[in-house]
Amino acid sequence: MTITQRAPAPEETPAPSATRGRLVMRPGVWLVWGGVVFFLVMLAGVVGAVVVSSFGTRWFGGWLPEGWTTRWYGESWRNFNLGGVMRVTIEVALAVVAISILVGTPAAYALARREFVGKKLLMVTFLLPILIPPFTYGIPLASVLTKYVGQNIVAVVLANLVPSVPFVILVMTPFIEQIDPKIEAAARMCGAKTLVVFTRILAPLLIPGMLAAAILILVRTVGMFELTFLTAGNDSQTLVVALFYSVSAAGIRAQQEVDSMAVLYMLSMLVLLVVALRYVNPTQLVTQIKEDRPE
Amino acid sequence: MATATDAGSAAPRTALRHRLAEHGIDRNLLLLVPAVVFVIALFIYPFLYGLQLSFQPQPGMDAAKQYGTTPFANYRLFFADSYLRDTIWITLKLGVPAALFNVLASVPIAFRMRGRFRGKRTITTILVVPITLGTVLTAEGLIAFLGPTGWLNKVLLTLHLVDDPVRLVHNYWGVLFSLIISGFPFAFLLTLAYLSGIDPSLEQAAATLGANWWSRFRHITLPLLAPGLCITFCLTFVLAFSVFPSAIMVGEPSRETRVISIAAFHAQFEQYDYAMGSAIAMIMGAIMLIVIALVFALRARFYRGATGGKG
Repeated sequence: MTITQRAPAPEETPAPSATRGRLVMRPGVWLVWGGVVFFLVMLAGVVGAVVVSSFGTRWFGGWLPEGWTTRWYGESWRNFNLGGVMRVTIEVALAVVAISILVGTPAAYALARREFVGKKLLMVTFLLPILIPPFTYGIPLASVLTKYVGQNIVAVVLANLVPSVPFVILVMTPFIEQIDPKIEAAARMCGAKTLVVFTRILAPLLIPGMLAAAILILVRTVGMFELTFLTAGNDSQTLVVALFYSVSAAGIRAQQEVDSMAVLYMLSMLVLLVVALRYVNPTQLVTQIKEDRPE
Repeated sequence: MATATDAGSAAPRTALRHRLAEHGIDRNLLLLVPAVVFVIALFIYPFLYGLQLSFQPQPGMDAAKQYGTTPFANYRLFFADSYLRDTIWITLKLGVPAALFNVLASVPIAFRMRGRFRGKRTITTILVVPITLGTVLTAEGLIAFLGPTGWLNKVLLTLHLVDDPVRLVHNYWGVLFSLIISGFPFAFLLTLAYLSGIDPSLEQAAATLGANWWSRFRHITLPLLAPGLCITFCLTFVLAFSVFPSAIMVGEPSRETRVISIAAFHAQFEQYDYAMGSAIAMIMGAIMLIVIALVFALRARFYRGATGGKG
């Protein structure tokens, strides 16, 4: 008797709510996908306009350029000294990646493994450079760097390290927390010193995490406009900054040259992104950062 | 902090070390030293340097001419001169709607993307692509695409939806669009991450109790998502607040989109008034912190606690 009474109840309750839910959701679903498609069409328009223009001969008011050519790429490469700019970009990016990993990983280890007085305060200090807009600390930083270092590639690297080191710490701390401390304890039992624990035990286990952090820093540094713009001199511009100056100086150069430069920039970023997505799942990474954020 | 371990002299060394170790301070904290030195040398010191510089008006500059070299001359000039003061409102008028739109639009889309389905990775990748475009390329593209002879206006004119080309670049709207294009993917990724951290069985439990989708969202998901949305809002607002290249390229940098970063740049690199440049940068940081504090004060009124899921 109790069974016959109870049986229909759970079947009845979810059924109407499910159908009601589906009926109400229908237009909502279309609206959401419509929004996504609209955004993607706009995005394709924005990117497509630049790409088409960079391959066109002359483009005045028509739907498409009058003819097609690739000569703008060669000309912009020569006129804007893109070879030099590319070299500076790569040098800056690699230096920032290497230094921030070397400095950030040990700090992340200490933060992941130890509880100590003032840890919260330290975490907030490391978060600030990420939370405060680059322009705010970039302007005083530019004054300091110009005074002590000058406007050169060293200043650009130093400026880009300001958000990168905390970023490595944020990304690496959860990675280190995942590693079982017993492994280190066992190594220490066998007489390994901290340096040996680091190089022989932790480093091999942390390589995926370091790779992920390195790639994200690479993308950030290549794309970082503000800090590089504020600290770079004439011969230490990265690709984004050179692109900005060439747009500001438009009129002297053909529009297509600027566009072809923009396409080159986009392609290099896209390659970095595709490589990054092979190693890092962006949503997972953000969740890991979130867990670690002091609230 | 970390160097304190080495500070003890020979005799009470062991005792001090033990006492410090009880508070979690031991030699392993030396690992923190390089990072702390970096942050102090490259972030805290420049910040304090800028702060004290902003209280020392440079002789011969506008602020010193009008208010003398009193400590607050730069700040007084900033708030007295409407051309400077209005940059705050212009920046907020751009940053707040852009950040709000990015957060609010990413919630329903993240909801749709929550489960597993074919092509999810592809769609996520495409939505993330704008992060790599950078502000400069976005601005270039917007000028070409939305300009008077761009494709959008051509389509609108061909369909006879408008008679004259719509003016969408070199004004407020161009900058807003560029903020949405560069900020939305970021907001979407964060929202998706926060949403996937919420245990779906909570919603299923509510559904078996007869809650429809709206009350499930209103009473279960939204309170759990609110802290994440606050952080997402703050981070997208930071991005939008320091808008500089797009405000110059797709905006009207002399009037309608003269944001606060342009004012700071103008003072620092065109007038060479480092004191004024630092003062504007400090005002920028202060406004930023006020907005973040407001958002978190609002957030404190919501539920705080575990999200029940993997997060």
